[in-house]
Amino acid sequence: MVDQSPETLKTTPLEALHLARGGKMVGFAGYRMPVNYPLGVLKEHLHTRTAAGVFDVSHMGQATLAGEDVIAAMESLVPGDLASLTPGQIRYSVLTNDDGGIIDDLMITKVSDGVLYLVVNAACKDRDFAHIGARLAGRAVLTRHEDAALIALQGPKAAAVLARFIPAAESMPFMTSATDKFGDVPVRLSRSGYTGEDGYEISVPNAQVVAVTEKLLSAPEVELIGLGARDSLRLEAGLCLYGSDIDTVTTPIEGALAWVIGKRRREEGGFPGAAKILGHLKDGAPRRRVGVKPLSRAPARAHTEIQNADGKKIGEITSGGFGPSYNGPVAMGYVETAYAKPGTPLQLIVRGQSQPAEVCTLPFVPHRYFKA
Amino acid sequence: MSEVRYTKDHEWVRIEGATAVVGITDFAQGQLGDIVFVEVPAAGKDLTAGGEAAVVESVKAASEVYAPLSGKVVEGNAALPDAPETVNQDPHGKGWFFKMTLNNPAEVSGLMDQAAYDKFVADLS
Repeated sequence: MVDQSPETLKTTPLEALHLARGGKMVGFAGYRMPVNYPLGVLKEHLHTRTAAGVFDVSHMGQATLAGEDVIAAMESLVPGDLASLTPGQIRYSVLTNDDGGIIDDLMITKVSDGVLYLVVNAACKDRDFAHIGARLAGRAVLTRHEDAALIALQGPKAAAVLARFIPAAESMPFMTSATDKFGDVPVRLSRSGYTGEDGYEISVPNAQVVAVTEKLLSAPEVELIGLGARDSLRLEAGLCLYGSDIDTVTTPIEGALAWVIGKRRREEGGFPGAAKILGHLKDGAPRRRVGVKPLSRAPARAHTEIQNADGKKIGEITSGGFGPSYNGPVAMGYVETAYAKPGTPLQLIVRGQSQPAEVCTLPFVPHRYFKA
Repeated sequence: MSEVRYTKDHEWVRIEGATAVVGITDFAQGQLGDIVFVEVPAAGKDLTAGGEAAVVESVKAASEVYAPLSGKVVEGNAALPDAPETVNQDPHGKGWFFKMTLNNPAEVSGLMDQAAYDKFVADLS
């Protein structure tokens, strides 16, 4: 997530489109990316919740993993139940390390019995793909999709807009993926996202992604949305930002991601760090990720100290800011497990002053995923 | 007649005799984007030129507003905390942050005038 000097930053195939449409470019995960467009973060956020937004997420890592026993091989790296996936189904999961920490969170699509399609975070992709390639050497072959861009179309109007170009898109179940054609462009379409809204992530060949994006933007419901609103949307939806909310020293149990561990995997283990993670599951973890609702107007940003009612430090905010749809400050962070119950009073130390807050359930804004 | 000066941190100062009104420039509000939180100093607070005086937060990030001159706060703009968007809408008018007395009016000469600030901003882009 480190900003770098402009000359060393990579660009996506949509760079010229961003500049032409007034994107304010910043360094993010080694790429020059638009943080917002002239509409601004607030309106971009609200537009995505009420209509539809298109996001360039081409910086993320896409790859295909192929091998005769690829499902079992990949299960040796993640705690998710992949064996129960049907072709076209997507699973959110985490790559764990031998200490039970999280190397990255990722989307795993079962393309067929011998093929998985992976999408990982931009800042982690080189490390992730090296890790997967090394750990599964001889069992599966990883091929990076450097030839493909990735765009997300998110919001309550996303399905109606995309159906004009790909009729089958509208009836796809949530968390499924399929190949199709956008006009004559071959795409991989996944009904998933990072906003809490219905929507799609569309993998498009680099050479055609400008044309596909322009076509989506020609729909009156669609605006171009930058990384700023992407972050406030995911925060309101209670979704983790890797590197901030979860990292290599956080177990999935601490990260409130116990649900990613399949039932069979809880019994069988067989993933890196299983002893530690299943121990946390059984005996409890020392700390836990929770929603934090500031009760004053002051937003609490990442690294804000969390204290209990008596002024003892019990944790830290990992993501925080202003939620445009929630219309108030929103945050998440880690507290000692004794303080993880919703309603627990907290104090946040913002610029040296104590601000009242409480533990709350996530998400701040209800998910509105597509239900068939 | 009042005189407006500027800092390199993009505060404006309108000098009105022995007091000054302080806000952030239109360039600054544009850079910050949609402002969602403002904290203004209480009357009586001592300010040192270059020291922290107020807080402004957009959806993206929190920023400090620095005291352009040394002195004492006479009044914080009480309307801003409940309507932080005023800073985006009218940064040089209703979006003022605080009024202050001046300890040392000579400090004013260290600030930029309109022409110098316009050039300073032009050189940033």
